Amino acid sequence: MNKLISLIAGIIFGIGLVVSEMVNPAKVLAFLDLFGNWDPSLAFVMIGALVVSSPLFHLIKNKEKPLLAEKFNYSNNKEINNKLIIGSALFGAGWGLGGLCPGPAISSLALLNINSIIFVFAMFIGFYLVKFFNLNKTS
Amino acid sequence: MNIVNFTPITATLGGMIIGLAVVIFFLFNGRLVGISGIASNALTEKDNKFDNLLFLLGLILGPIIYSLFTSKEINITISNSFILLIFAGLLVGIGTRISGGCTSGHGISGIGRFSLRSIIATITFMIVGILTVLIKNFI
Repeated sequence: MNKLISLIAGIIFGIGLVVSEMVNPAKVLAFLDLFGNWDPSLAFVMIGALVVSSPLFHLIKNKEKPLLAEKFNYSNNKEINNKLIIGSALFGAGWGLGGLCPGPAISSLALLNINSIIFVFAMFIGFYLVKFFNLNKTS
Repeated sequence: MNIVNFTPITATLGGMIIGLAVVIFFLFNGRLVGISGIASNALTEKDNKFDNLLFLLGLILGPIIYSLFTSKEINITISNSFILLIFAGLLVGIGTRISGGCTSGHGISGIGRFSLRSIIATITFMIVGILTVLIKNFI
């Protein structure tokens, strides 16, 4: 049953990316073009998502356990270190270059666009490199 | 700064749909959505592998289901430079794994639970993304 929820949550998330047009890299790049022709839409996507999820998160987390799992399972890492800043900066640079972040990139595979397939392939190589060289563990 | 192509209503609506997906995943499965984590763990970890793969499948099915129900075509504009896309993909893959999150994991799930770590990550990747676009526009 929780497998079905994973699929459904993914589908709903993907629909949200299409409705908000975040699946379109040009729309994302226009948000990052703050000093040029700026499209503030992405900020409203985040606000919309937070307005729904944040209050419900704080309500749900006080429950004894989730409806279909034994316990809540999320990172409570509070560490603010070089890895956080360097990793976020590298991500920001890649995001600014291509206009793609992981969610929209994967959703855009539905369009069978060769350019987004290449991006996703390179992104997965990036994931693998971090795992292989243990870059997320060492400080 | 000129404001262009701003779509606040669909952006907010799409964002709320994304927020709904985050709430469903948390309420039922007890996990917080972070796409870079889900995608990377689907590749490298045994735990929850099938759940993660189903979520990713859902992300791809989302746009397809949206198109079937609305008969609207989804158009995206994406760079066609393979070198830029590979470089951007590697940076996004490596950066998100070193910092432990992307636009969804830090930007929505993290900020939604008021995590200072995620707020700092989000500010960092936004600033670097904006600077990257600024520099790119100069070259």
